[in-house]
Amino acid sequence: MNDMAEALRIAVTLVLSGDGDLWEIVLLSLRVSLSATALACLIGMPLGALLATQRFAGRGAAIVCINALMGLPPVVVGLMVYLALSRSGPLGTFGLLYTPAAMIIAQTILIAPIVAALSRQVLEALHLEYDEQFRSLGLGRVAAIRALLWDGRFALMTVGLAGFGRAIAEVGAVIVVGGNIDHLTRVMTTAIALETSKGDLALALALGLVLMVLALVVNAAVHGVRNSEGQLAHA
Amino acid sequence: MRDFIETGRREAPRLTLSDLSVEIGGRVLLDRVEMAVPRQGITTILGPNGAGKSLLLRAIHGLIPHAGRIDWGQGAAPRQALVFQKPVLLRRSVAANMAFVLGRDHARSHALLAEMGLQDRADQPARRLSGGEQQRLALARALATDPELLLLDEPTASLDPASAAMIEAVLRRVAARGTTILMVTHDIAQARRIADHAMVMCRGRIAEAGAAMRILAAPATPVARDFLEGRLVP
Ligand SMILES: Nc1ncnc2c1ncn2[C@@H]1O[C@H](COP(=O)(O)OP(=O)(O)OP(=O)(O)O)[C@@H](O)[C@H]1O
Ligand SMILES: [Mg+2]
Repeated sequence: MNDMAEALRIAVTLVLSGDGDLWEIVLLSLRVSLSATALACLIGMPLGALLATQRFAGRGAAIVCINALMGLPPVVVGLMVYLALSRSGPLGTFGLLYTPAAMIIAQTILIAPIVAALSRQVLEALHLEYDEQFRSLGLGRVAAIRALLWDGRFALMTVGLAGFGRAIAEVGAVIVVGGNIDHLTRVMTTAIALETSKGDLALALALGLVLMVLALVVNAAVHGVRNSEGQLAHA
Repeated sequence: MRDFIETGRREAPRLTLSDLSVEIGGRVLLDRVEMAVPRQGITTILGPNGAGKSLLLRAIHGLIPHAGRIDWGQGAAPRQALVFQKPVLLRRSVAANMAFVLGRDHARSHALLAEMGLQDRADQPARRLSGGEQQRLALARALATDPELLLLDEPTASLDPASAAMIEAVLRRVAARGTTILMVTHDIAQARRIADHAMVMCRGRIAEAGAAMRILAAPATPVARDFLEGRLVP
């Protein structure tokens, strides 16, 4: 019990003293997961918009697939990306394995389906409501999708935050393709796993604290977005 | 219903429907509708709930597939706007809803909002307006498209008497400028006040059509008579 208290005291000191190693890890985590979120939104939101507004053969199957992909286990994604990026894999020549780029790729693949599926839901509800009005105004396809994305912006922001939350908290994918290399690919979750197994509870706890604060911030942001949406009655 | 033009005007109708039918899910909702809408003035469509009035407007507007013909007189379909029974407003401010149609023409937007009594609401979120204000905004936005044919689905349904009177005045002005107005209403007194022509619909068919004064005063068909006297069970 005393050990725990001591570890917690050191952890708090680490966080507050701006410990170099700790913040290096935190910043890399943010860099990787924010990049992955941005890429996933760039891919997932137009895909969601397409599925929400267009009728084409195989649309139902595509929706089922993307919904199923939401539940992809991170380690499986890690394994697939590992196979693709490993020396003998199809993308082996780029030498990306065990770099932050590999981790960004893996997390993008992990959360793009989440972003796509959730934005499809958000945008389809809007589309049902707006479709006849837009057709009545003679709006083109591109203009209609632009208007949908703009009017759905608050809901889409929470979709992006949900993707980020999933990315920043996952271990499985980044540990397989990043390798948890000190000063290179070590992020919060992989560091926590390693330090805990080594028995260095202080650093693990410190990182855990930061991760929890981040989770809190993300949730507060979601709440804030919802609130301002309600207040503006853009709901 | 080709004998619609009892008003003495001889010009070609704005649109003529022949044999227009709409079937959804095996139910015939519009049944071989024949009608002509005169170019001049306000035409009202009356009829019980579920008669197919809203469907008819949406079919004319090209929003739902149908069988039969819609004839626009000379050539192409005119510029037209439809104000839905339930207004569809964007999740933006009142002014932005107008700008969605008008672009940067702020002066026009201002004038139209003022015409609808909404000049003080420009910066408010459109969907926080009261039901009647939302209807007026939807009408303002429709007018912003400069329609030659204006289709209105119960545009004064949730308006207080003063606002309804204001809208009626606006509609009269719009009609006088040459816009054809085809308007669904449940307000028979309103039809008496502003309609030039009227048609009574029931169960997907036009029961009777003609000059508003004549139909509202002395309907010739039993269906129209029962409807106007409040005895028609849909
Ligand atoms: N998309 C649809 N699918 C199936 N049935 C529909 C659809 N739209 C309308 N209907 C049916 O068509 C009939 C006519 O509907 P419509 O909305 O035109 O009635 P209305 O005359 O406008 O009635 P109200 O006065 O209540 O507005 C109704 O019985 C309705 O249930
Ligand atoms: Mg209706």
